[in-house]
Amino acid sequence: MDGMHDLGGKQGFGPVRYALNAQVFHEPWEKRVNALYSLAVRLGVFNMDEYRHAIERMEPRHYLSASYYERSLTSLATLCVEKGLVTREELERRAQGAFPLSMPSAPGRSNVSGPARFKAGDRVRVRDDHVPGHIRMPAYIRGKTGVVVGESPAYPFPDAHAHGVAAADEPTCDVRFSASELWPNSADEAFVHVGVFHSYLERLE
Amino acid sequence: MTEHRHPQQRTATVEQRIDAVQSVLEERGMKPAEFIEQANHLVEEQWVPHNGARVVAKAWTDAAFRRRLFANGRDAVVELGLEMPRHHRHLVVLENTPTVHNVICCTLCSCTAFTIIGLPPDWYKDLEYRARVVRESRTVLGEMGLALPPEMEIRVWDTTADTRYMVLPVQPPATLGWTEDKLAQIVTKESMIGVARL
Repeated sequence: MDGMHDLGGKQGFGPVRYALNAQVFHEPWEKRVNALYSLAVRLGVFNMDEYRHAIERMEPRHYLSASYYERSLTSLATLCVEKGLVTREELERRAQGAFPLSMPSAPGRSNVSGPARFKAGDRVRVRDDHVPGHIRMPAYIRGKTGVVVGESPAYPFPDAHAHGVAAADEPTCDVRFSASELWPNSADEAFVHVGVFHSYLERLE
Repeated sequence: MTEHRHPQQRTATVEQRIDAVQSVLEERGMKPAEFIEQANHLVEEQWVPHNGARVVAKAWTDAAFRRRLFANGRDAVVELGLEMPRHHRHLVVLENTPTVHNVICCTLCSCTAFTIIGLPPDWYKDLEYRARVVRESRTVLGEMGLALPPEMEIRVWDTTADTRYMVLPVQPPATLGWTEDKLAQIVTKESMIGVARL
């Protein structure tokens, strides 16, 4: 989905609020959130792709205003409701107030094509795909061309794994893009590398 | 904020909300309190940047290890007693040189090799870093105190899958001949993310 989470290349943001040895957590509840979503993954209540997708499904105003750990909490609670552990009404009764959850999921998809193989040095184009469900292709590379510089082991295919759809595991390619091709005349000169699932790629002849 | 069914109802605080979820998991027999205690130990004692610092120091002093680290990072860190979660199936180590600078990010969420370089700091997870570092790398690094010479090639790595990245900084010339333990003391989390050079 073209969600609010897909931030790469968005303009208008100010300086990074940076400090050396910056904290990971600021409040005790944040550690509990971090532990409990990880417990739910470990116990098989949901998987990492479902977890990431439930964050992406947050209503955009909520996504932008929530802290990192509030987003994590919202995903955990949404999935507890969707997996039938508790109803939203019961959660709100226990929390003694409104409990904002993520928006409903759209359908996922399985692998796009057969096992296309790519090797280092291949020139590839990112397919011009628009899907309503989970996808790990940042919009800033859609339709862009790059060069394969590495390949990973096979991972669960996120577009399927976040939706309970059957799919074969797929490797990703580390693809090198030029920032000046991603954002012509509007980026600092650099190479930008993205881990791209084979299903998102087509070979350039 | 997304709740329109009870407009009169105020939104519960984040503490009230996590309390509610925790009580549900407790009733389901999932032992959340025990797990929180274990997890706190992991994030405070086990998943610390000193792990990655040891990897870097070893790579600086042992050429054979350095080759194994580039060939298969995940297997190589096991030699130092370090481990990665099962779903992190691949660790790619990015070599800085006098003319190449690597920096990592996750524009879609905030993924990192957290068992090796530690959990990501707050600014890494902020919207500003995620939005800007892929497009304005040199500017953003400059704002963060790392002014790179114009001829330095910048390589940004966006963690979009479960491959994990870490930067291998250049060893400062003044530290040649130091022991691994002493070298590990100078390697920072920031240098392994790539927003600082040593």
